[in-house]
Amino acid sequence: MMRYIWPFVAFVVLAGFLYVGLGLNPHEVPSPLINKPAPAFTLPQLHDPAKQFVSQDMNGKVWLLNVWASWCVSCREEHPVLMALARQNIVPIYGLDYKDNRKDGEAWLRNGGDPYTVIASDTEGRIGIDYGVYGVPETYVIDKQGVIRYKQIGAVTHESLQEKILPLVAELQAK
Amino acid sequence: MKHLLILLICLLPAFSYAGEAKDLAEDPVLEKRMIGLAENLRCLVCQNESLASSRSELANDLRREIREQMKKGMTDQEIIDYLVSRYGDFVLFDPPMKSYTLLLWYGPFALLLIGLAGLVFQLRKRKNTLPEGQLSAEQAQRAAALLNPPKDSQT
Repeated sequence: MMRYIWPFVAFVVLAGFLYVGLGLNPHEVPSPLINKPAPAFTLPQLHDPAKQFVSQDMNGKVWLLNVWASWCVSCREEHPVLMALARQNIVPIYGLDYKDNRKDGEAWLRNGGDPYTVIASDTEGRIGIDYGVYGVPETYVIDKQGVIRYKQIGAVTHESLQEKILPLVAELQAK
Repeated sequence: MKHLLILLICLLPAFSYAGEAKDLAEDPVLEKRMIGLAENLRCLVCQNESLASSRSELANDLRREIREQMKKGMTDQEIIDYLVSRYGDFVLFDPPMKSYTLLLWYGPFALLLIGLAGLVFQLRKRKNTLPEGQLSAEQAQRAAALLNPPKDSQT
């Protein structure tokens, strides 16, 4: 009997590893920027290129930085969720229009509505690299001290809002 | 006349000239250094491709970023550190030795040791359980007869 136990145990351990490992999403790479100061940037605003968006001006409040683009498919899926969140007025959403051209970005917002307080226009994608963006959409929760607290990779959903983002925002706002 | 023409045609390739392919980048030395570095970095979009070979937009931008940082005089290590600080150790094809990667680096050797220990244990056990051959006088005689047959019976 004993001689069958060990191969069986080895099999169960291996199956356990595979079950967990294969269930992970390889496209969710943990960001090393969590709990690090958000990289500072100054970019022209999408709606009014003469004005600048300065990320340091955000210090003192909790905000979301949502990286999007008019060419991004999952952004369409996420858009109604952001619209609903903007209507609730819980936390300001700032947009980073990533590697997009101004006309397309603005047309996209005219179609689906504009949930953003201000949108910064990152046409070259340089700020995206600073933030470690590799798949749009991505959303960062940044606290009053300008520290990144959470990064949502992929579309924000009602579930991720309720389970992760909103509780974290409430906690950070209370501080 | 016809032969001369054929000869001339045969000689035509001698006048052709192959120039070296033009390098697309303005600075081939820098480009070579960039490719050398990018070959060891992972593209995060198409994860099993290197930054050097990937054709994704992000890889393009990152190659541009590396080129610019090289022009600024940053060392390879500084550029790698910059990318790791943005994208994490995941960009490295060669994972660094850290407390949480010890299992990755030494796990296979640990498994090998466990296997060897198991093998030694099993062999020892088998040696102990196998009965040492105790032959009776008659069996010994038979065995000897089989092992050393008399010379004359062979022929």
